[in-house]
Amino acid sequence: MASLSRPITVTASPSALGELRSNVARRRRWDVVFAAVGVIATSVGVITLLALFIDLLLDGYHRLTLDFFLSYPSRRPEQAGILSAWVGTCLVMSVTAVVGVPLAVAAGVYLEEYAPRNWVTTLIEINVSNLAAVPSIVYGLLALGLFVYALNFGQSILSAGLTLALMIMPIIVVATREAVRAVPHAIREAAYAVGATRWQVTRDHVLPYSIPGIATGVIIGLARAIGETAPLITIGALTFIAYLPDPPITTTPPFINFNWLWSGFTVLPIQMFNWVSRPGTAFHANAAAAGIVIVALTLVMNAFAIWLRYRLRKRITW
Amino acid sequence: MAPSARPLIRPRIRHRDIRERIIEVILFMCAASAVAVTTAIVVVLLVESAAFFERVSIIDFLTDTMWTPLFAEARYGILPLLCGTLLAAGVALLVAVPLGLMVALYLSEFAPPRVRETVKPFLELLEGVPTVVYGYFALLFVTPLLQKIIPDLPGFNVLSPGIVIGIMIVPYVGSVSEDAMRAVPNSLREASYACGATRLQTTWRVVVPAATSGIAAAFMLGIARATGETMVVAIAAGQQPNLTLDPREPAATITAYIVQVALGDLPHGSIGYQSIFAAGLVLLIITLLFNVLAHLLRMRFREAY
Repeated sequence: MASLSRPITVTASPSALGELRSNVARRRRWDVVFAAVGVIATSVGVITLLALFIDLLLDGYHRLTLDFFLSYPSRRPEQAGILSAWVGTCLVMSVTAVVGVPLAVAAGVYLEEYAPRNWVTTLIEINVSNLAAVPSIVYGLLALGLFVYALNFGQSILSAGLTLALMIMPIIVVATREAVRAVPHAIREAAYAVGATRWQVTRDHVLPYSIPGIATGVIIGLARAIGETAPLITIGALTFIAYLPDPPITTTPPFINFNWLWSGFTVLPIQMFNWVSRPGTAFHANAAAAGIVIVALTLVMNAFAIWLRYRLRKRITW
Repeated sequence: MAPSARPLIRPRIRHRDIRERIIEVILFMCAASAVAVTTAIVVVLLVESAAFFERVSIIDFLTDTMWTPLFAEARYGILPLLCGTLLAAGVALLVAVPLGLMVALYLSEFAPPRVRETVKPFLELLEGVPTVVYGYFALLFVTPLLQKIIPDLPGFNVLSPGIVIGIMIVPYVGSVSEDAMRAVPNSLREASYACGATRLQTTWRVVVPAATSGIAAAFMLGIARATGETMVVAIAAGQQPNLTLDPREPAATITAYIVQVALGDLPHGSIGYQSIFAAGLVLLIITLLFNVLAHLLRMRFREAY
């Protein structure tokens, strides 16, 4: 042993060994430096998020009173509110959810459970991934040409809801496919073995298991739709609305009224855009207050969706 | 099975088969609506653009250096809008590429799994913030901040929205690049460590080269995102078409122009109305181009292993 180790200690002169050691130490230091830069780069995003939220709070917090939620927009900044905007957002979102969610979930289920491997399926898949990449404002142009003028829906809540439904469809389709794919085949085979049909298997077994995953996609999609501004401006959402659409529920039979679908509208992000684009800090405070409402809404929805997904990953042991 | 049960079961089975077919057809139609939507987008843009190009020659559209559709003497040269769009996207990329790459390298190669699992949701939250809020942030927070560094910076400029868009797409660029790095097989890393390489050397000389095409794809997707971004530039970049390569000046992008015209409520069928479809067509072509490039690059890195 001693004779073996000897040549090594002899050939490595003290100076060469020192050089080697300092070389290794230098490389280790670079490792640490690089990791530190990585941490800084990663925290830029989080810091921006914090700065953005603090900025909004400082500028707009004092405007967040009950009156702000119960007033129409006004030319006097201190009297202006977001009543028509949040009502508009709720109504547009209900159209988007009613149309977009079933359409997208059905499409996802078809592609994962039913679709045969052929060129039609490939074509549909390519189209879904293309649609995910189309800029949102292009959906606005589609809606302007198709819903507003060709189908004559006008610049209405219906047009807006349909536009956003199409826009979030790819998000929900992808989430649905992932959720459905994660259901193990053994469950399907067990159901088939006792004579269930394809739809019975899908409805009674595959869908119930994949609901949390689908819900994640639906929430993220709707959060995206709530914050979306550009396509709704394109179809001609009004920036100044001092009235509410007809209420959907009436006191006289048949108790349900769909006139609101055809009503003009504004939504929260458009109201905010309108206030940002005005000169003068008084309206900017209103914009910040509206911003707080939008960010709070979308962040809560996104956080809930992310939490749902992480919990899902942990809990499932088939 | 008792013989008397059969007549009861047969019609029920036939009924069931019909229902199965109907459901399958309905589901298929829902899926096929994706194709319908794509077709509708292309048809609407092409039809309205065709009407536009009957009044304005394509050569003028592509070569004229002025975009003044709302002036008495209207000129329709897409170059200033294109320039503004690419300038904003360029600034965004200058921010997003180094940041996104560092985030991806750190999360994929350096961060302990627990850090990664905590940080990623926060990055996803950053993606969830509506763009109109980012626009507010660019105009009323980032621009005043930049004005302290560059004193003669105008209130509307391309630099500030560009930076904000850059930060906005970091999570996206980062997560796509990280996927590419995760796809590099561990055996390559282990071979490098076995030769005595440090973590940084392994990352930089083994993982990054192996994931190059995937990382490049992430940047292409980032460009596509930045080009299609609307509200941040519409709010913070000013809305005057400006043929310039100086990000300190105000400029309009294609998307900002569409917003500006839509706010003005132009009558259906007027040339101004048609011009936003022509502009939208150009935008769609650009974003599709970068998406196709990204797709081709990704196919390459998938084939590698």
